[in-house]
Amino acid sequence: MSKAKAASEAAAESIAHEDSAIEGRRSISSAELKSIVEALIFVADEPINAKTIADVIDADRAAVEKAVAELAEEYDARASGLQLREIAGGWQIATRPEHHENVRAYLKSKPSAKLSLASLETLAVIAYKQPVTVPEILEIRGVQSPSAIKTLLDKRLIVAKGRKETVGRPMMYGTSKEFLIQFGLKDLSELPSVEDFQDLAGGSDS
Amino acid sequence: MEDTAQVDKSATPAAKETPATINVAGASPEIATDRDNDQLKITLGEFEGPLDLLLYLIRQEQINIYDIPIARITDEYLRYLNLMQELDLTMAGDFLVMAAQLIELKSRMLLPRDPLAEADEEIDLRAELVNLLLEHEKFKAAAEMLWSRATVEQAVFTRAEIETDKNNPEVAVGLFDLLRVFQEILARKKEEIMMEIEREEVTMAEMIERLRNMVRSAGELNLMRFFERASSRRELVTAFLSVLELVRMSEISLLQHETFGEIVARSASPA
Repeated sequence: MSKAKAASEAAAESIAHEDSAIEGRRSISSAELKSIVEALIFVADEPINAKTIADVIDADRAAVEKAVAELAEEYDARASGLQLREIAGGWQIATRPEHHENVRAYLKSKPSAKLSLASLETLAVIAYKQPVTVPEILEIRGVQSPSAIKTLLDKRLIVAKGRKETVGRPMMYGTSKEFLIQFGLKDLSELPSVEDFQDLAGGSDS
Repeated sequence: MEDTAQVDKSATPAAKETPATINVAGASPEIATDRDNDQLKITLGEFEGPLDLLLYLIRQEQINIYDIPIARITDEYLRYLNLMQELDLTMAGDFLVMAAQLIELKSRMLLPRDPLAEADEEIDLRAELVNLLLEHEKFKAAAEMLWSRATVEQAVFTRAEIETDKNNPEVAVGLFDLLRVFQEILARKKEEIMMEIEREEVTMAEMIERLRNMVRSAGELNLMRFFERASSRRELVTAFLSVLELVRMSEISLLQHETFGEIVARSASPA
């Protein structure tokens, strides 16, 4: 019997036994758990969190978290072209940035248009001051930014977060999950604190 | 390699000439004529808004941001605005608002202090401006941070979408669905053919000829029978018109045997 055939039969057998796996929490080896976790993260369309994985395969959440962490380390250890990374509150398998030229050559894609400076500044204000209103953004930026806000809304980087109970009831804005994904952030707390920029800001004249 | 470099140099003798420059507040906006196509090129620092410009001026003059000489910076700011106007650049109103604020601040500082006034109001105003500038600069730095993050993130790719029933509904179609769709297409085809047959038209001349023949062969023609032959509304209209036409030309005459009875067409010429 050829090796490939044996492997495919083993796979078929495991698929056949799928039902029994769902019946109750089986004791699965950590290697097996890691393997399952990797498969789920691979097929997930969005970053998937440990809780979701644990619920789906009916496993212990802590065990899943451990498996994910170990997997991520393994990816790093063998200098894989892929990385297992935590982003927007979940885990995701993605290519490493250093391969971008080759990946783009294959996908025949160009880097999408970057946000303008005005949009980025507006986004920075919203990210740090959220929920924040348009007049508040104006005060910090010193200029009106209606087109920037429209761009950010169109790109789903920001979302409306209700109205502020003040004169005129202006709309408040905050960043979205898409923002975390596009800027490679686990969560908002991963943003460098504004005070870190203090040195940058006040420093150049001293 | 060296040869080609030399050729290039001789081809563009203008490269070494320095373009006319105007120096404002240490900035070097340039107005240079491009020798190849006589176009006027203007290089100006690009400022998003008045705070940007003000920060730039402060940095250029190497002024301590916590101790801004309002008079000096106001002058620089206004000179810059004048230049922008001379170059006919469209200027956002925000720039003018800031100019007004600076001038107000400057004039307050020039005026002798009111001994009765509360503690240094102008200092507060200036501190407010400094805070605004510092806050603005912080967010400029934050924007740069976001920019570099986005750049790295654009180099990271995730797998392409997997085809599932959700994003590919055709997969959920069975053989019978396929048959049903095929039958629908066949039915549609049939309808189209029927339409084509209906399109056949009878011209006025043909209709007159038909009426003439029928009257001649039968000697007398019940018009009801003639109209019944028309297969479409359009043909019916043509038939009606042809009756009117032949009556007008006195080829036939119409008569009724009784009131409200059927109308009969008869050849008008005494044959």
